[in-house]
Amino acid sequence: MLTILRKELADYFTSIRCFVLFILVIAASFVAIYAAYNGIREASIDPGPVFIKLFTVEEDLPSLTILIALLVPIIGVALGFDAINGERSSGTLNRILSQPVYRDSVINGKFLAGIITMAIMIGAIILIVGGYGLRMIGVPPGPEEMIRIFIYFISAVVYGAFWMGLAILFSVIFRNLAVSLLFPMAIWILFGIPASIFNPYISFFVPAVSDSIGAQLMIARISPYFLFEEATAVLLIPIWRGAAMWTSTTGSMLPNPLSLDQSLLIVWPQLTALLALTAVCFAISYIVFMRQEIRST
Amino acid sequence: MGKNIIVKTEGLTKQYDKTTVVDNLNLEVAEKEVFGLLGPNGAGKTTTILMLLGLTEPASGTAKIYGFDSTREPLKVKRLAGYLPEKVGFYETLTARENLRFIAKLNNIGYAESEPLIEEALKSVGLSDVADKTVNKFSRGMKQRLGIADVLVKKPKVAFLDEPTAGLDPEGINQIIDLIGNLPKMGTTVVFSSHRLYEVQRVCHSIGILSKGKMVVQGNLDELGRDALAEGRFRIEVETAEPSPQLVKVIKKIKGVSKVEVKGNQLHITTDADLRAEISKAVVESGVALIQVKIEEFSLDDIYMKYFHEAD
Repeated sequence: MLTILRKELADYFTSIRCFVLFILVIAASFVAIYAAYNGIREASIDPGPVFIKLFTVEEDLPSLTILIALLVPIIGVALGFDAINGERSSGTLNRILSQPVYRDSVINGKFLAGIITMAIMIGAIILIVGGYGLRMIGVPPGPEEMIRIFIYFISAVVYGAFWMGLAILFSVIFRNLAVSLLFPMAIWILFGIPASIFNPYISFFVPAVSDSIGAQLMIARISPYFLFEEATAVLLIPIWRGAAMWTSTTGSMLPNPLSLDQSLLIVWPQLTALLALTAVCFAISYIVFMRQEIRST
Repeated sequence: MGKNIIVKTEGLTKQYDKTTVVDNLNLEVAEKEVFGLLGPNGAGKTTTILMLLGLTEPASGTAKIYGFDSTREPLKVKRLAGYLPEKVGFYETLTARENLRFIAKLNNIGYAESEPLIEEALKSVGLSDVADKTVNKFSRGMKQRLGIADVLVKKPKVAFLDEPTAGLDPEGINQIIDLIGNLPKMGTTVVFSSHRLYEVQRVCHSIGILSKGKMVVQGNLDELGRDALAEGRFRIEVETAEPSPQLVKVIKKIKGVSKVEVKGNQLHITTDADLRAEISKAVVESGVALIQVKIEEFSLDDIYMKYFHEAD
């Protein structure tokens, strides 16, 4: 499997696709720095640690977290959509499988290589923004902020892994490259639409939904996009108490920043759900791939 | 003859969506021979090869290579067997050498060991001078040859080549066929599928003809030829200036001649033995000018057509 992993990584890093994605990543980091630069000067920012605000503050331009939430699915899908059917259509899949390797090492190697590539990209964005931000504001991050950022990084990689897993799943099921690209893209757009748009339709069938914010949240949380947004907000905005803020009766109180473990307690379900979605996607593609016929025709 | 059977299937059967593609197939290939798997498109050649390699699971029956069950011990089988798929593909952005190096690595061949092997394999298919060019610049024929090099790198005990000559020009076909013919000398048994009878006849020691997933006939090429052509008899063609009925009578009296047919200036004589000398003598003595006498050689076409029609 190491051989396949190494080859896949080499493939990714030499491909034009990855080059374009890296340019996109760098462009996004500069947009985010600019947004943070403008936003952080505003006097009216919330209390709490300053450094971490680099990632969430926005002014005119979207913040880093919004950019990452948008970019990561694209990166994931771009890395995964031709993983299996690309090899199949180029005729290399059956050549590799006729070598003495286990079939699962092919799909595992590809998945791991994708995750490593994605981790490097996301890590690069966070470091670029963090580094320039540090020069800009001159306030070093505290240990708690570092941990928050690190957990955010991990969850962004898991979020990306979900999209890549989804793309790999379609690349296992469909033989056509265009189809396996369009399907995850369509799902991405569908989940990207705020769930509130669907509320009238859902409440038409299930009237109880429109009365309860809790039920609406449940529906919104089907979307990995929403889950990730929630997780991001709680992790990087310490005063954020998640969706519970809206439902809480003590909402009128001035919120104080939460400690790290309290924040983690709030996002634990979101992070678990993201991880589970990723695992489910990968498991299905794994099973389908293991049982699939190899014939190219 | 004490031949070592290394590829063996027993009752091998495969169904796709309730259509039986390979039907109760029994196949035997002896060590260091070239075995030609013949049959029209869709006869189940590729499926048979895939099952032998353990890439597809049979519905029933077993496929064994060197005694290893292809379904149960696919890794052991894949270590011994090389496979050239019908539509061979390479990583287009890698060079020929890099592609082979990847395969060598997958076979757990260390770097020090693999480099000379790769060099040798590329040399034997005549691609040494383009070894460091990326594969996307290769022609169809070059890719096909690289595919054979790819099989050779792992020094397989048995090589399965699926339509190795499909889509090649005559020169390319010759090169590939010569390569295949040389493999048994290097200790590799070859099983290859094709529907070009001429090339099969050139290099194969034994053949098997598949039709609708069933093995119609298999065995040694020479014996099959004799059988197919005239039920084990010889056929002699005599061309004369003008055959007279008298001549036919004379020839019929020769011992061993069983049938004489007149077709224009030609006589088609069926005999039990090679009676060319006796027949030409009879013709000359009868006063008719003799143009030529030849013994009809079987061609694989005859074998193929005969068994093929029987199968229908």
